[in-house]
Amino acid sequence: MEMDDGGGGAASSTTAGNEANSVSLRHGRSKVMYQFTQQNLPACKPVLSPAWVISIFFAVGVIFIPVGIVSLHASQSVVEIVYRYDSECVPGPLRSNKLAYIKNSSIPKNCTKFFKIPKHMKAPINIYYQLDNYYQNHRRYVKSRNDKQLLHGLEYHDIGSCMPEDVNHGHPVVPCGLIAWSLFNDTYSFFRGIDELKVNRKNIAWKSDRDHKFGKQVFPFNFQNGTLIGGAHLDPNIPLSDQEDLIVWMRTSAFPTFRKLYGRIEEDLVADDIITVKLLNNYNTYSFSGTKKLVLSTSSWLGGRNNFLGMAYISIGSSLIFIAFVFMLLHIKNPRPYGDTTNLSWNWKPMSS
Amino acid sequence: MAAARPSGRRKQKLKWSKLYTFSCLRPSADDSSPNEHLLGQPGFSRVVFCNEPHLHKIKPHKYSNNYVSTTKYNLITFLPIALFEQFRRVANLYFLLAAILSVTPLRPFNQVSVIAPLVFVVGISMLKEAVEDWHRFLQDNKVNSRKVKVHVGNGLFVQKSWESLLVGDVVKVTKNEYFPSDLLLLSSSFEDGLCYVETMNLDGETNLKAKRSLEATLSLDEDADFFKFNATIRCEDPNPSLYTFVGNFDFEKESYPLSPTQILLRDSKLRNTEYIYGVVIFTGPDTKAVRNSMRSPSKRSRVERKMDYVIYLLFAILTLISLISAIGSSFYTKFDSSKMWYLRLRDDHEDLFNPDDPMFSGFLQFVRSLVLYGYLIPISLYVSIEVVKVLQAMLINKDINMYDETTGKSVEARTSNLNEELGQVEMILSDKTGTLTCNQMEFRKCSIEGISYGGEVTEVDLAASRRMNIDVERYRYSLDGSDSTGRSIEMFDLSTADDGTEKDVLGSHEDPKTVKSRTSNSRKDSITKGFNFRDNRLMDRMWIYRSNVSDMMMFFRVMALCHTGIPVEENGNDKTKYEAESPEEVAFLIAAQEFGFKFCQRTQSTMVVQELDPSSGLEVKREYKLLNLLEFNSSRKRMSVIVSNEDGEIFLLCKGADELADNGRTYQHVTMMHLSNYGEDGLRTMVFAYKKIGAPEYEKWNSEFTTAKANIGPEREELLENASEVIEKDLLLLGAVAVEDKLQKGVPECIDKLAQAGLKIWLLTGDKKETAVNIGFACSLLRHDMKQLHLCSSKESKSNQQMKDVKEEILRQLQSYNQLIINEENRNDAPFALVLDGKALELSLSIDLRKHFFSVAMNCDVVICCRVSPKQKALVTRMVKEHSGKAILAIGDGANDVGMIQEADIGVGISGMEGMQAVMASDFSLPQFRFLERLLIVHGHWCYKRISKMILYFVYKNIAFGLTLFYYNIFTGFSGQDLYDDWYMVMFNVLLTSLPVISLGVLEQDVSSDVCLQFPALYQEGQRNICFSWKRIIGWISNAILTSLSVFIVNICIFSQSSLDKEGNIADIEHIGTITYTCIIWTVNCQIALMTSHFTWISHLLIWGSILCWYIFLYLYSALPPLYSQNVFHLFTDQIGPAPMYWIATLLVVVVSLLPYYVHVVVQRSFFPMDDHIIQEMKCSGTDVTDTPMWLREQEKSKQLTQIGYSARVDAKIRHLKEQLHRKRKSIYLTVTNSPIYKTVVRRDITTLH
Repeated sequence: MEMDDGGGGAASSTTAGNEANSVSLRHGRSKVMYQFTQQNLPACKPVLSPAWVISIFFAVGVIFIPVGIVSLHASQSVVEIVYRYDSECVPGPLRSNKLAYIKNSSIPKNCTKFFKIPKHMKAPINIYYQLDNYYQNHRRYVKSRNDKQLLHGLEYHDIGSCMPEDVNHGHPVVPCGLIAWSLFNDTYSFFRGIDELKVNRKNIAWKSDRDHKFGKQVFPFNFQNGTLIGGAHLDPNIPLSDQEDLIVWMRTSAFPTFRKLYGRIEEDLVADDIITVKLLNNYNTYSFSGTKKLVLSTSSWLGGRNNFLGMAYISIGSSLIFIAFVFMLLHIKNPRPYGDTTNLSWNWKPMSS
Repeated sequence: MAAARPSGRRKQKLKWSKLYTFSCLRPSADDSSPNEHLLGQPGFSRVVFCNEPHLHKIKPHKYSNNYVSTTKYNLITFLPIALFEQFRRVANLYFLLAAILSVTPLRPFNQVSVIAPLVFVVGISMLKEAVEDWHRFLQDNKVNSRKVKVHVGNGLFVQKSWESLLVGDVVKVTKNEYFPSDLLLLSSSFEDGLCYVETMNLDGETNLKAKRSLEATLSLDEDADFFKFNATIRCEDPNPSLYTFVGNFDFEKESYPLSPTQILLRDSKLRNTEYIYGVVIFTGPDTKAVRNSMRSPSKRSRVERKMDYVIYLLFAILTLISLISAIGSSFYTKFDSSKMWYLRLRDDHEDLFNPDDPMFSGFLQFVRSLVLYGYLIPISLYVSIEVVKVLQAMLINKDINMYDETTGKSVEARTSNLNEELGQVEMILSDKTGTLTCNQMEFRKCSIEGISYGGEVTEVDLAASRRMNIDVERYRYSLDGSDSTGRSIEMFDLSTADDGTEKDVLGSHEDPKTVKSRTSNSRKDSITKGFNFRDNRLMDRMWIYRSNVSDMMMFFRVMALCHTGIPVEENGNDKTKYEAESPEEVAFLIAAQEFGFKFCQRTQSTMVVQELDPSSGLEVKREYKLLNLLEFNSSRKRMSVIVSNEDGEIFLLCKGADELADNGRTYQHVTMMHLSNYGEDGLRTMVFAYKKIGAPEYEKWNSEFTTAKANIGPEREELLENASEVIEKDLLLLGAVAVEDKLQKGVPECIDKLAQAGLKIWLLTGDKKETAVNIGFACSLLRHDMKQLHLCSSKESKSNQQMKDVKEEILRQLQSYNQLIINEENRNDAPFALVLDGKALELSLSIDLRKHFFSVAMNCDVVICCRVSPKQKALVTRMVKEHSGKAILAIGDGANDVGMIQEADIGVGISGMEGMQAVMASDFSLPQFRFLERLLIVHGHWCYKRISKMILYFVYKNIAFGLTLFYYNIFTGFSGQDLYDDWYMVMFNVLLTSLPVISLGVLEQDVSSDVCLQFPALYQEGQRNICFSWKRIIGWISNAILTSLSVFIVNICIFSQSSLDKEGNIADIEHIGTITYTCIIWTVNCQIALMTSHFTWISHLLIWGSILCWYIFLYLYSALPPLYSQNVFHLFTDQIGPAPMYWIATLLVVVVSLLPYYVHVVVQRSFFPMDDHIIQEMKCSGTDVTDTPMWLREQEKSKQLTQIGYSARVDAKIRHLKEQLHRKRKSIYLTVTNSPIYKTVVRRDITTLH
């Protein structure tokens, strides 16, 4: 769009066209109307001359590269630790049949892991869990919820959209639907040495969701009460608006690989700290061979670690400058004079009568 | 009879039948129709009870009333038919199915978002139909409520509206009124029941036709006579044949056969006759005129037809990706269902994801996908195009440059769906009378005894000499030497030496303006209508001082006596007005009057002329006895009267075609030359001759002639002709006259421009060949160095065998012409013109000859078809259209052009004239032919480019948007989840991207209107259809695919995992949807900005406003309570709006996705520029002002090399003159070099050199 503005402002020739004599008598609105009907409205007619083409390419490139550098810098400043634990947390003998392991509730799912902080991480440090190959965006899954019920609880009876997780033992389920039913239920606790790191699990959901979309007077009811238990249980004494795990989970992800915020560690972690994670590996990703990862990440003004944006800006910017140079060379080597008549079709094509 | 009945008729009632030799005095036995035995048989069952219309109100003789309707719908049929029409469009049908599906559980979106746009689109289209039909209805009403006098009993005639007319009614039609239905002529104001009708609206012929009632009904010539009138007509059933009629008239216990001579047809007009009485035979839809008219077909432009294929292509893409989705979905459902425990697919069997029956689920998914990806099909395209076209049509209507001040009418686009077709026209089929000409004759020139009066120089000569002078002038300045001046003058003198143009050319050399003003002045102050002649040698009685006064007088006498006109007195003016069969005769009578030979009275056998007596200078009334009138016929090509003057001398006065001049007088050669000069100027010429006949000789001849006249039988006409030829021998040539069939304003210039733009022009006229050729010359379609190929059938063909012969003859002609053309293919200076008549045309168009005909016709620079009936006009149009595949524009003004207008790709009606039929049937109506230039070259060009751009953009934006839905679906396991909120998707076509397209479609101009006119070559972009070629279409589709890919992939890479903001929040489906959608809105709107080359404030407002609109919409939508906005709640204000990532990503995506197109455009502009690009550059850099010669030179070069048109003619003339000059110079050089003086001089020079 820069090019339009540039081209427009640059090579514009504001013409009012040839106006009929009568126009001079008209004023204001009627004049505009007249110009409109005679298709004579003043207009700017940008023409892409070589100079403008080159400068537009150049200008966009020049804007893009610094933006890219800044973005890349912001992304690089983020420290991110990704730790896959789904297979490691299965006890050795059971690894051949992970599914049996996860389905067997009698086996304790505790798992303790250690990792080293590579770089200084400034608080707040976001804790994410990352699932893979999990179709939270599946049509059937996405629509299996009821926003009205989430806000107003049992007052709403029409929860057909929540099928097949709408009613249990003849009573409606609150919160209903597959999304809530399959709530993620791994838990993490972090220790530095023997000190447990405080994990703040508040404010992990959008404020608007907490305040307006999940009822403050709506309590879980009849939840995870059926024959099939999906995921986490909810404390029936805490209103939905305070169940931030649920609120985060209910924001269905767009792609099969996704992260969700679990909580925040609100103290700095120093490089070479050894962190102990005690986790409960409850959630079944084995049946669909998904992975589970734990992610610790700081954030910059731009967000998390994502080199793509910066790289893209830099590469596009530099290729634009490259194109600008190519054009410049082509133009210098083989110039086509501006408005050159030899290129008019009737000057190079034999006329056919 | 007249003596016995004192009637209210005019004084100079005449028995015309007595005057006419050939046609009218035919014995009544000749009228008997051979088909009489057919009556009562099927097809000939109609019974009409004259004067008893009440009998026709009940069965079995209940016939339809006289209401004529041209509307497409009525109140009851409107809804079903209009709906049917709407859903004949594939896209609409598709959306109807989508709407039906949207009320089933299969729906991907909510119902409203599918149904609302459809209702909107169809509703608008239907509204447009309704309004258009309403206008037709009003027009019908106007015609149907015209008034006519109808007999209501007791001899009382009352004004009634046309529609209330019933079969059997007796009506009285007065002069210059149209006949309300098909009538049987009972009697007229003339004693012998003759009346004249103008059938221009039916067959386009301009001469009047005489109709004559039966002898039996002649007595019914007063209102009161119809008190007891009673008769029965048995006749044929309604049919469209204009020239046949079979019937019987039972009156007073006798039966009389009826023939077409007694039938007055609807849409023809009563002329030169005070009134007639007639009985209504056919009413309303049964009339021949209405039977001949076709329902106006709904036309679609070729761009739109091609667009259908684009839509089919999109459907193919849609089906393909739906199929992929369906197969993918089946696989996921079958193989992954047990794994994806969180979906619990086995718990309740949702049909869409039934793991037990994946095939069926796949099928359902397929159906669902068809709806889901429906955004590929641009639903609003049709409605947007319709809106744009209506606006375009409005702008065309409002164009002040196409406003005719004299009639107060402007161009009217009657249907708006052909605007862009105007930019693709390759051939124009034009009517003559009323379209090119005004059907008004003017006396322009005459040549008496070898001296031409009224200006000798032709316009073409003038223009040629003027141009040559400019060249000479330029040449002189460029050389700037005394030597060259001398040479240029010499060159100039030579160039004009032997033409009769010398004087005028010299005049123009000195001061071209004076010549110009002389010719134009003479036009302006022509006080008398039909007389445009200025020559001091003849005007104001000056001719009496010329040497050959007696011949002059004879010349004027021929003018005043040899005709069939009658004078019409006029009050308050000493000038008499005349009425005659053809406007030519009127022009002669007026001219004769101007010269002092005023024809003032005609009785049955005498003609009175008020003559100027040159000896006394007084005006004398002289009475001539009209002895015989040998009327015009096509084989003799002349008309004569035999008169005797008061002294008893008998003269034969004759006027006729050019051959008449060939009779050996001394000035014959000069006269012939004058004739050809006149002809070249497009004037219609007529040669005058006379002879004096001795009384005995006359008596002898007259007796022969009378016996021939009395003959009853088929050979009668031949006998009469032979007799005529006997007396028309040894005539003395007097001279020639030239009348101008006045062209409408600006016609030659317009034709010139159109030809330069590469359009071919065919002339189709009902008039005779000579007239058509004249007009061909007048509007520069023909010129003298053109080879005229005449195609005509020499023989009458009745039997099959003869038919075959004629066909073979034509085939032979065609083949020889074809050979001729092939042989001369390379020579540009030998243009061809094909002239053919209706019969030859019809035969040529028969299946076996068609190929030969078109191979000749397409190679001719101009084709003139004369004597073609309306049906044939329509036939030619259809054939040309089918055979050439080119866009045909037909232009005409009368009802006879209706077929052609309807058949052509674009029908244009001339609205200045009286008849409305052509306008009613037309797609565009113009008050003047000359507006065609601007309509095609400016508006056509613009509309074509606009609509093409607009359609391509529509395809682009819908693919770019629709495909992202598909890509996303791949990531959802083909489950059919959509990335965007339903309301985003509704808004996409309705608000966020539709308005800039409309501004593009209405306001875009590649070049301004004057540049369009200056560079006719730009018009060929449309003819070659380069803006909507498959190459372009595929290019745009690829561009769209690239855009969708880059938008989608870049967004995935940025947002799929990393957190959105510095709080570490992660984007969910709604965020990513909104961000992607933002990118798309930006991209498609910036794309249209890139396509626009003409930014008015409106375009800026709409383009940038649309983007702004998206944010406003998003803001408002996300501010709604969560129950309405759902996951979008506070999305913009709290979530993505504050995140810098959102904005930075948008910028990146927009630039990336527009880059391919931009690079393409830049490369094209820089290295492969198109004409409009360069002209834009020239305009922009102002070289058109700074380097005017270059600008003009390019204009000149851009003109399509053409053989027709005024400038082509001037060019040819210049070539001709230059050749002459060259030859002259050579001969002079030779004479000079051969002369002894020169030789001596040269020798001396050589010797001195040595």
